[in-house]
Amino acid sequence: MDAIAVTNLTKRYDKVLAVDAISFSAPHGATIGLLGGNGAGKTTTIAMLLGLLVPTQGDIRILGHDMAKNRFAALARMNFSSPYIALPSRLTVEENLRVYGHLYNVERMDRRIAELADELDLGALLDRPAGQLSAGQKTRVALAKSLINNPDVLLLDEPTASLDPDTGDLVRTWLERYRVRSGCTILLASHNMAEVERMCSHVLMMKQGRIVDRGSPDELLTRYGRDDMEEVFLDIARDRKSTVPA
Amino acid sequence: MIPSLRRIWGLVYRHVALYRRSWPRLLELAYWPVLNMCIWGFTANFLTGRLGNAAMLAGAAVMGGVLLWEVTVRGQMGMAISFLEEIWSRNLGHVFVSPLRPWELIAALIVMSILRMLAGVVPAVLLAWWLFAFNLFSLGPVLVLFFMNMIAMGWWVALGVVSLILRHGSGAEPLAWGVLFGLAPFSAVFYPVSVLPAVVQPIALALPAAHVFEGMRGILLDGVVSYGHLAAATGLNILWLGAASALFAHQFQQARIRGALLSIGE
Repeated sequence: MDAIAVTNLTKRYDKVLAVDAISFSAPHGATIGLLGGNGAGKTTTIAMLLGLLVPTQGDIRILGHDMAKNRFAALARMNFSSPYIALPSRLTVEENLRVYGHLYNVERMDRRIAELADELDLGALLDRPAGQLSAGQKTRVALAKSLINNPDVLLLDEPTASLDPDTGDLVRTWLERYRVRSGCTILLASHNMAEVERMCSHVLMMKQGRIVDRGSPDELLTRYGRDDMEEVFLDIARDRKSTVPA
Repeated sequence: MIPSLRRIWGLVYRHVALYRRSWPRLLELAYWPVLNMCIWGFTANFLTGRLGNAAMLAGAAVMGGVLLWEVTVRGQMGMAISFLEEIWSRNLGHVFVSPLRPWELIAALIVMSILRMLAGVVPAVLLAWWLFAFNLFSLGPVLVLFFMNMIAMGWWVALGVVSLILRHGSGAEPLAWGVLFGLAPFSAVFYPVSVLPAVVQPIALALPAAHVFEGMRGILLDGVVSYGHLAAATGLNILWLGAASALFAHQFQQARIRGALLSIGE
């Protein structure tokens, strides 16, 4: 059984078809990249996976739970991070982590917070209000929040946006280590193609609400005859012809 | 701890942590109830000095009205503003992707409503006792039922406001402060329902507050406890709470269909 199984997923807003009958699955322990330009349908897809948005059509099963009928059972074992959703700025980092520790019913919360503070280098920030942190620090705190419940499925929307290259690399390393250690399945929406190449075992390329191509980064590079994923992304986004003869 | 209670506590803890560190927020909770109490208390004192006993009784009814009305206002604002705090901090997305059930969110907002109401009304009650020798507890044990009915009215009004915010976004935010002022003329806070034009009286009698205030005046002016008014207030609150809960559930589901939970507050 796959950790994430999506079948014929569709979202329509009046006349706008935001997501058009996409299907994909993610095996346990895999990192799947969700790529596409602005408006391709990535955020809408993630919102449906999280239960924030009701699909017009289609099925989502996460960790065996039907998200239409039993989303709370899945949500307890999932988590999410996005730089576009904030944490309460007047609460300290530790208070924020405690709030989410309670919401996710985390046992031995003090120990879990200490672990995360150690692993994500947040020790010196725990007593500081979240609103006073730099963009990079906020991203690390958001990541700590997303890992507070040791999730089995992690949805990440541009997790390293606004991080400097050094911190970005540390976060990627840490995410990879967490995935290997826990067997967590990661769905990663990113515009950082180097990140996708490094972290993802499989990539879904979205455009205008559809999955227009898919495969491992190596397969896509070969198929498009390119040296890096950025060129593959541009080929798809701009409808450029593949350099590889059919 | 039961998971549900823990999730409710998680959200309450989030607000308690916020207030612990923000004295302007704490001050604001008691500011208006105390100010209202002072204005009406001094007015009642002045009238009692000029007009004697009848004015003293009327003054007691007015002060009782002010304090009980504040229970509803603070209860309603406590619930609606706690919800708005999540929108203002752009945190709603995180809250709704957690395993927190919608009813647990409402339960947490109710707890916050009670805490905020107590922080606002208790100082005003003590001030009325100290400055104006008005003891709200002279209403007797029935005061507890008055309090419960008044705060319950605050909850269903707040649920209506939250539902409108889910439907119309930040454009509906001002209702969190103003909606009860629109109901005040029909709530018979300072005068009996019979004073209102006949055409408006059914509206007043559909509001639990009007029955509570009629009951309060019955005790203060005539020394009679009207259990009929109490039963009417309780029954109406149950009906309105049921209707507001259904509206909230509907608007929450509609917000999930429209994608409003992603963009609310923008």
